[in-house]
Amino acid sequence: MHVHPKRFYVTVFVALLVFTAVTTAAAYVDLGRMNTVVALAIAVCKATLVVLFFMHLKEQTGMTRVVILAALLWLAVLIGITSSDVFTRGWSERGRPWQQSTVAPVSYSNPSP
Amino acid sequence: MSAEAHHDAALVAHQFDDFEQQKNADSLGMWLFLATEVLFFGGLFCGYSLYRNLYFEAFTAGSHLIKVGYGAFYTALLICSSLTMALGVRAAQLRKQMSLNVYLVLTLIMGAAFVFIKLRYEWYGDYLEHLVPGVNFAPRGEALEVISRFHATVPHVALFFIFYFCMTGVHALHMVVGVGLLATLLIKNKLGELTKGNYNWVEIVGLYWHFVDIVWIFLFPLLYLIGGRY
Amino acid sequence: MSTVALETPTLPEVHYLNADYGWRSWLFTTDHKRIAWLYLFAITGFFAVGGLMATLMRLNLVEPSGLLMEPASYNKLFTAHGLIMIFFFLAPSIPTVLGNFLIPLMIGARDVAFPKLNLLSWYIFMLAGGVFLFSIIRGGVDTGWTLYTPLSSTYANTNVLSATMGIFISGFSSILTGLNFMVTINKMRAPGMTWMRLPLFIWAMYATSVIFILAMPVIAITLALIALERIFHVGIFDPALGGDPILFQHLFWFFGHPEVYILILPSLGVVSELVAAGCRKRIFGYSFVAFSSVSIAAISFMVWGHHMFLTGQSVYAGLVFSALSFAVAIPSAVKVFNWTATMHKASISYDAPMLYAIGFIGLFTIGGLTGLFLASMGTDIHLHDTYFVVAHFHYVMVGGAIMGFMGGMHLWWPKMTGKMYPEVWARMSCLIIFLGFNLTFGPQFILGYMGMPRRYAVYPPEFQVLNVMSSAGASILAVGYLLPLLYFTWSIFKGPVAGPNPWGAKGLEWTVASPPPTENFAETPIVTEEAYAYGTEEAHVG
Repeated sequence: MHVHPKRFYVTVFVALLVFTAVTTAAAYVDLGRMNTVVALAIAVCKATLVVLFFMHLKEQTGMTRVVILAALLWLAVLIGITSSDVFTRGWSERGRPWQQSTVAPVSYSNPSP
Repeated sequence: MSAEAHHDAALVAHQFDDFEQQKNADSLGMWLFLATEVLFFGGLFCGYSLYRNLYFEAFTAGSHLIKVGYGAFYTALLICSSLTMALGVRAAQLRKQMSLNVYLVLTLIMGAAFVFIKLRYEWYGDYLEHLVPGVNFAPRGEALEVISRFHATVPHVALFFIFYFCMTGVHALHMVVGVGLLATLLIKNKLGELTKGNYNWVEIVGLYWHFVDIVWIFLFPLLYLIGGRY
Repeated sequence: MSTVALETPTLPEVHYLNADYGWRSWLFTTDHKRIAWLYLFAITGFFAVGGLMATLMRLNLVEPSGLLMEPASYNKLFTAHGLIMIFFFLAPSIPTVLGNFLIPLMIGARDVAFPKLNLLSWYIFMLAGGVFLFSIIRGGVDTGWTLYTPLSSTYANTNVLSATMGIFISGFSSILTGLNFMVTINKMRAPGMTWMRLPLFIWAMYATSVIFILAMPVIAITLALIALERIFHVGIFDPALGGDPILFQHLFWFFGHPEVYILILPSLGVVSELVAAGCRKRIFGYSFVAFSSVSIAAISFMVWGHHMFLTGQSVYAGLVFSALSFAVAIPSAVKVFNWTATMHKASISYDAPMLYAIGFIGLFTIGGLTGLFLASMGTDIHLHDTYFVVAHFHYVMVGGAIMGFMGGMHLWWPKMTGKMYPEVWARMSCLIIFLGFNLTFGPQFILGYMGMPRRYAVYPPEFQVLNVMSSAGASILAVGYLLPLLYFTWSIFKGPVAGPNPWGAKGLEWTVASPPPTENFAETPIVTEEAYAYGTEEAHVG
């Protein structure tokens, strides 16, 4: 594997520190909902830098990329589909938001009490 | 490529045909392990994302009860340790035993410092403020003010703190394991095993270390910067 | 069209079993073949314990008022039965025994990628088993194998912590095994062994390993969260804090459903090998069967909500889960159709391995089709938590997975030991297992349809006849499982020598001696033909 000069790593390191400073500073600015988006976007950038350069992904085989993608994709499936349950429960008569429920529980076998 | 041009056959384990195959196998093995770690932390991130969306005010309040200073400091510390780790891998590639030693020691110190400061100062501070669920969770004074300022309820803030301690705790456990791995590398390096051209061990411990750093890169904004600090 | 060997086969002088002696050579071995034996002994022991639980359960159910025990004890029995059979018998069975033994041989490698890690996996497995058995001895767990909150996290006064710790530890053993197999198959195939020349068993094991990697960590963190809740009495599933107990079920079943595919996929791979060897014919639609393993693994991760239709889960999420659950049946069906097509106009030899394969195809089909009733939300309302579910999963797990495992053990026994098992006894056992199994679980479909709930120690008297039939069947099944234990052991000492290829089968594992030498291949083979290349040259029995 190709040996990188020290300043290669130091450059990435400086970039990471800059990103950290930006994300911390941005938290003190009122961006409304965008605060979260910005923070996560910066985190993704930092993670990408670490993976590509510190973890040498650029020089790895295609299999490695598949592994990373699969892990992230499956995490997305876990969070996505679970959320699809929790956040669509309120869409139907029977599934009013359970944590604020004021509706009497409906039984499946006798829908109209 | 000159550093790796000549490889002792003794460096290649019997099940492998050549050095290249062994290196690729070791690397893929660690990446697969990291994939399992993504899903391991992922369970926590799943629960976190659900409850954060359900109880945003409580999570914002909870986030304001922990100190951004600690979070930013840890992030910078881990990024530094990632640099020294990457430089350590480079030193192993170049077969520089002394340099490798220095970088391993630096990385280890930073990792140990992370865990020590977290436990001794941040967590102990949270304990003194009665913010540890299951132990003494009973926010008072200024903490209660913050909670009511964001229109949150105490039980939901307790939920935030469970995630805070769980996620940073599991992360800290991984750091401890990482420190252990670095100590093992230091011993191996002392015996001269890491600079004979087979730097696989350093590379894969490096992969693990960078991964733990990446987890923290996400934990920082997700726990310390919820809802902004304006 | 096979030429019979002219002289009776003899055992090789030196092979992996006699290459080294003493307990140290076994407990510190890194030879994948020896590690397979270590696992075989372990899982047989666990099967006995799990089987004992089942025996007590079925005995209890002979009487409507419960013959042997109170519900509190019965709850502990079925929980232990489930946890042991799933985590300590079925999940390890084919991967750690047949997978460990065969994967390097089938791909032309000298060992797996990480032999020492392989041994560590076994030690971790034994530790896990020890911790779990400790929890059983202390009085067991009564939450059901699914460990639902808030019972498991808050209200249960049984040994949830030690039991979950045992399962947690076993998960790491599985992860390391899956990791080892994936790297081995990716990086250590012999020259010429391209992906599309691999035996279908390898495809199935690869898909299973993917599931190990992606699913097991989630159960690990979930169990850790239960443990946390039990220790600190506060947790994320606690409604008092705004927590959602259903979140536990999401996390559990995200692992739990792929887990059952971990249990069946290896068996599906074995059956492909059994059918190919028994018909001496290339599996029809090789690439379809290969890709079906991968698609089963992929889709299996998106159907978990079908275990949660009655929990108050969103109907819309339920719709998606239901549709995908129907979809996951398709690749399984593809396999069944392809095996059947392979058998069409083939010259079939009805030895024990083939009998197990045929039994598998029939019983797995029944199990799979009955799963569709459960995948459909409307019918699931009536069938959920009844004996219909119990019958469904036992048809796939026992009629499917275990029969595949038994078939594989018979096919590769001569390779593993160099000795042949007694064919008459083997066929008889297969028949006894088949009959006993159907008598045990067939009536349970009817019981479930009629409304008998699962996990109940007592039941209304009108269900007694079917329950007694089921228990009678269980006793026959037990005999069927005991016989192989006896004749396999006998064959090691008194069985005829088998020779390298008693079946005249294709595959790299049949080109080496039986038992193979420690290093598998004296020279790395170079692969030039497709998998199951029967009919291209004389494959001789020898």
